[in-house]
Amino acid sequence: MHVGVAPELRDPAWCGRVAVAVVFLVLLLPAGYLTEFNPATLWGETSLRALRQFLGSFFPPATSPEFLRLVMEAAWKTVAIATVGTAIAIAIALPAALAATRVLSISRIATGRMAMFPAVIRTGIRWLLIFLRSIPEIVWAMIFVRAVGLGDTAGVMAIGITYGGMLGKVYIEILESAENQSATVLLQNGAGRLQAFWYAALPVSLPELTSYTIYRWECAIRASVVMGFVGAGGLGQQMELSMKMLAGAEVLTMLLVFVALVWVADLVSALLRRALA
Amino acid sequence: MQSNPGTAAGEASLSGVRVAYATGAAALVDVSLKLAPGEQVAVIGPSGAGKTTLLATLACAMRPVAGSVRVLGSDPWAQSAAALHALRRRLFLAPQQPPLPPRQRVVHAVLAGCLPQWSTWRALRSLIYPLDAEIARDALARFGLEDKLFLRCDKLSGGERQRVALARLIASNAELLLLDEPVSSLDPALAHSALEVLQVEASKRGATLVVSLHAVDLALARFGRIIGVRAGGVVFDLPRERVSDELLSDLYGTELNASLQALPGELAAVLRLSRCT
Repeated sequence: MHVGVAPELRDPAWCGRVAVAVVFLVLLLPAGYLTEFNPATLWGETSLRALRQFLGSFFPPATSPEFLRLVMEAAWKTVAIATVGTAIAIAIALPAALAATRVLSISRIATGRMAMFPAVIRTGIRWLLIFLRSIPEIVWAMIFVRAVGLGDTAGVMAIGITYGGMLGKVYIEILESAENQSATVLLQNGAGRLQAFWYAALPVSLPELTSYTIYRWECAIRASVVMGFVGAGGLGQQMELSMKMLAGAEVLTMLLVFVALVWVADLVSALLRRALA
Repeated sequence: MQSNPGTAAGEASLSGVRVAYATGAAALVDVSLKLAPGEQVAVIGPSGAGKTTLLATLACAMRPVAGSVRVLGSDPWAQSAAALHALRRRLFLAPQQPPLPPRQRVVHAVLAGCLPQWSTWRALRSLIYPLDAEIARDALARFGLEDKLFLRCDKLSGGERQRVALARLIASNAELLLLDEPVSSLDPALAHSALEVLQVEASKRGATLVVSLHAVDLALARFGRIIGVRAGGVVFDLPRERVSDELLSDLYGTELNASLQALPGELAAVLRLSRCT
């Protein structure tokens, strides 16, 4: 590819791309070795029998009216946990992103670089966001279950904190990767930081911000189920009880409700994105 | 906005100014010029001559590495960041590309011109409901675009977008107006009438108007003072009566001739004829 081509026609990016691919492969192989990942074990006779037995106990799904009512209530609670948790996450992420993003920096206008003090603030906020999201939500949930007891509050707090860290990081990246000339022009003409956000950065990035937030809300629905296993409320807590009682039929019903929830979340996301496009 | 007593409205000057890009390459070399309050000036010169940098330097959007700048009666780089930003509220820099977020509606794009006079909360209230739509409508009407008030900016043609960006200037109350190729997407007749609107507005508020133009005929027809820029320096700064054909062909000369030589003879002849007529 490289040899026999006139020097001025050689793609200057080629060597870099090859190097990145090699590094990636070199890193991936030991990781696969370390986890002893071997697809063949899945199809071994013992694995298949165990799987068949476990899945066989699932059918048919439980449909007794009082159980369904219980499941619907728990599902509704799961959505509520995810929604309130995501709202708290936005309340953490948005101010953090506004304070940390380069796009709304006034000091960068003339020099191209942020002044010392804002740069320190920005780094501090990034560290805070890393701290918030580096501890998995299930660990936060276990902490909050100790603090506020079993129930939905622990789930809400855990999602709010972890997702606040995730949303904040991605909000900053969305704002900075988008076209930012319109915000720069407003700042150059004397507008304030918040004004430049509302009148330029927000309308430019709104669909991406919304789309990512909805996706996180969908993730929060799933996460709140997992957190239910440590007692943080919702569908997960119900599922854990059914699993402990080896009631496979009930587990299947709840899994189906689960698929439906994620499907609805996907629908809502598509609708909102179309409305904002 | 209050007019600051003791500071000459619209006055600006550069002396011995040198501006460098982030790469270190010089964008302006030893530029000196003086703008009297209420003066109207056209800046012409070949592409890459430094017209945009000249306007940005006058707008306190680029900081010179040498020389001194005075804008609206003070040295922008000798004062606090807050005072510098207050100074920026009194000037209006319009980039060549209309800085309009595609999904923003025209009414808000125009009212963004009022942001420097508005408090943060007033700006937010206007986004919730545009109580000052009349200001935007009147500004658009000057450019014949009043029927576009509630359209989204991405529904406009290139020429309409450019005029919406100029309507933002009408909504502002800046005293120093710096416009980079403000009529580049307009046909000759519209370009004349748009410049007419801008010049009438500038003289009505006693503001200084500096416009960079690539159409030399337009500059000579509408402006009494012409500044010729080439290779980062001011080549001439003359009343239009003294701008001769020789000066103009020197200003655009070598680049144009060099690029014309690469074209087929007939096309080059046509371009040579259409130049400087």
